[in-house]
Amino acid sequence: MVPIAYYLVLAAILFSIGVGAFLIKRNIITIFMSIELMLNAVNLTFVAFAHMWHQISGQIFVFFVMVVAAAEAAVGLAIIIALFRARQTLNVDQVNLMKN
Amino acid sequence: MSHITPSFTTFLLLTIVKIVVVLVITLTAVAYTVLLERKVLGRMQNRWGPSRVGPFGLLQPLADGIKLFLKEDMMPLAVERPLFVLAPIIALSCALISISVVPFGAKTMVGGVDLFQIADLNIGLLVILGITSIGVYGIALSGWSSNNKYSLFGSLRASAQLVSYELALGLSLVGVVLRAQSLSLRDIVNSQSAHGMRSWNVFGGCQIIGFFIYLMAAYAETNRAPFDLPEAESELVAGYHTEYSSMKFAMFFMAEYANMITVACVATLLFFGGAGSPFGHLFDGFASTGFLHAVLPIFWFVAKILFFLLLYIWVRATLPRFRYDQLMSFGWKFLMPVAMLNILATALALAYHG
Amino acid sequence: MQTALFIIFGLLAVLGALNLLFQRHPINSALSLIVVMMSLAVLYWSLGAEFLAAAQVIVYSGAIMVLFVFVIMLLNAGEEERTHGSQIAYIAGIPGAAAIFCLLTFVFLSEKKQLGTTQLGGYLTSAVSNITEISHTLFTSLLLPFEVTSILILVAILGAVVLARKEL
Repeated sequence: MVPIAYYLVLAAILFSIGVGAFLIKRNIITIFMSIELMLNAVNLTFVAFAHMWHQISGQIFVFFVMVVAAAEAAVGLAIIIALFRARQTLNVDQVNLMKN
Repeated sequence: MSHITPSFTTFLLLTIVKIVVVLVITLTAVAYTVLLERKVLGRMQNRWGPSRVGPFGLLQPLADGIKLFLKEDMMPLAVERPLFVLAPIIALSCALISISVVPFGAKTMVGGVDLFQIADLNIGLLVILGITSIGVYGIALSGWSSNNKYSLFGSLRASAQLVSYELALGLSLVGVVLRAQSLSLRDIVNSQSAHGMRSWNVFGGCQIIGFFIYLMAAYAETNRAPFDLPEAESELVAGYHTEYSSMKFAMFFMAEYANMITVACVATLLFFGGAGSPFGHLFDGFASTGFLHAVLPIFWFVAKILFFLLLYIWVRATLPRFRYDQLMSFGWKFLMPVAMLNILATALALAYHG
Repeated sequence: MQTALFIIFGLLAVLGALNLLFQRHPINSALSLIVVMMSLAVLYWSLGAEFLAAAQVIVYSGAIMVLFVFVIMLLNAGEEERTHGSQIAYIAGIPGAAAIFCLLTFVFLSEKKQLGTTQLGGYLTSAVSNITEISHTLFTSLLLPFEVTSILILVAILGAVVLARKEL
C-alpha cells in the first residue's frame, strides 16, 4: 500500500536529477542520456496516474513515448556520430563554430 | 489460478528450494552439454572425443571444472577493472535468470505452489526476450573493458549481431503468440496439448516457417556456428573473451551453453508442445498414477531439449562460418521479411477461421 | 510486499540516477541509466503495467541503451573534461533542478490524500489482462496514431542511415 504521491515524488526526483545532469554534463552522449532519464521519469508519472484512475490511457501514452524515444535515440546518435566525425570531440563547449 | 493459497513461508521456502534445484540441474546440464558436444563432434569428425577421465569420459566436465577453478585468475594491466569483472557476471546471470519462467513439466501443485515452474508470469515470453536482450551488455562490456582491439572487434560484432537477430527472433514468435492468445508460457504449452504431435505449433499450427526463423535467429543469438563469428578463432583470436582467464572465462563459457539450453527450452515450449507427450492423451491410462503422471512430462521435455542440443552440435559440425556481411544481410533482408510475412499469414488465417 | 518493492527499487533508481550525474565516464553513466530503467520496469510492474514493464526492459534497456553503449564504444569516448561552460551551468543548473524538485514534491505531497494509494494485484487480476486491454485500445480507437508511429520509425531509420553515412 504505497501512496501514489510517493511514486510521483520518485518521478520528480528522477526528473530533477535529469534536469541537473542535462545542464551540468558536458559530454553530448551523457546529455542525451539525461534526456532519456527525464522521459523515463515522466513515464513513471503516466503509469502511476493510469493506476490511479484505473484507465489504460496513461499506459498508452507511455507506449508512444517509448516509440518516440527509440526513434529519437536512433537519429540523435546518428547526429552524434556525424558530429564526432566532423569535430573529433564530444564536448558541447567545443562545438562552437557558429558562435562569435 | 490455484484454489489453495499458500502461506507466505511455504511459498518462500518452496520457491527457494525450486530455485536451488533448477540452478543445480541447469549447471550440471551445462557441464554435460559441453561433454556431449565434444563427444558428438568428435564422432562426427571421425575421432573419439574425450575418453580418458572416468568411464566413456563421463567425468571430463568435473576435470574441466577443477582445471578452470584452479587456474590463475589473470587481470591484465590495461583493463577497465570494474567492468571487466562485471561483464561475465552479467552474461552468466542473464543466461540463468531466463530459465526461471520455463515450465518443465505438467502443472503439479503441492501446497498451492507449482512444482515444475519457478514463476508463471503472464508475460513470461517477454521476460525471456527481455533478459536475453540484457545479456548483450555482458558481451559488449567485456570487449570494451578488455582494452584489446580483437576483443573490441569481437564484442562489436557480437552486439550488432545480437541486436539484429533479436528482431527476427522476436517476430518469429509472434505467430505462436497469436495462436495461443497469451504470453504466458504455461498457456502457450496448454494451447498445443490437445492432440499431441498434431496440435504442436510446428506441425498443426503451421508455424514451421516461424520455427525455422526462430532456429536460425537462435543460433545467431547464442553465437553458435554457423554464426559464431564474434569468436572466430581464425580472425579474432577468441573474440570478446580473449583477455579472460580462469573462472571469468568459465562464466562466459557456461553462459554460452546455458543460453543454448534456454533457447532449446523456448523452442520446445513454443513450437514442440513443451512437456506434452507427442502422442497426446493416447497413453494417459498408462500414466495415470501420481508419480509417473508427474515424471513423464519431464521426460518428454528433456528428450526434446536433448534433440535440440544435438541439432546444435550437428549444425556446428556441418556448416562453415558465415562472412559478416552475409550474416547481416541474411538477418535483415531474409529472416526479417519472412518473419513478417509469417505474422501476416498467421493473422489472416486466424481471422478467417476465428 | 509492494512497500518493500517500492523502497528497494525506488532507492535503486535514485542511486542510479545520481550515479549518472556524478560519473565522469559516459559508459558508467550509461550503465547507471540501465539500472534506473530496470528498476523502473519493476515499479511499472508493481503498478499493474506488465506489458510496459516488459517493453521497458526490451525497448529501453535492450535496444536504446545498447545503441548508446555501442556508440560510446565506437567513438571510444573518454572521460569528459570540465570547461568554462560547465561552471555557469552549475550556478544555474543545480538551483533550477532543486526548484523544480521542490515545486513538484510540494504539489504531490499536498495532494497526497486525493491521489490515493496503490494496491498490488488489485488492478492486474481483473478479467481482461493488461496486454489485451492495451492492444484493444491500440488497434481500435488509436489505430491511426499507432500506424503513424511506424512511419515515424521508418523516417527515423532513414534519417539515421543518411546522417551516419561517411560522406555527408
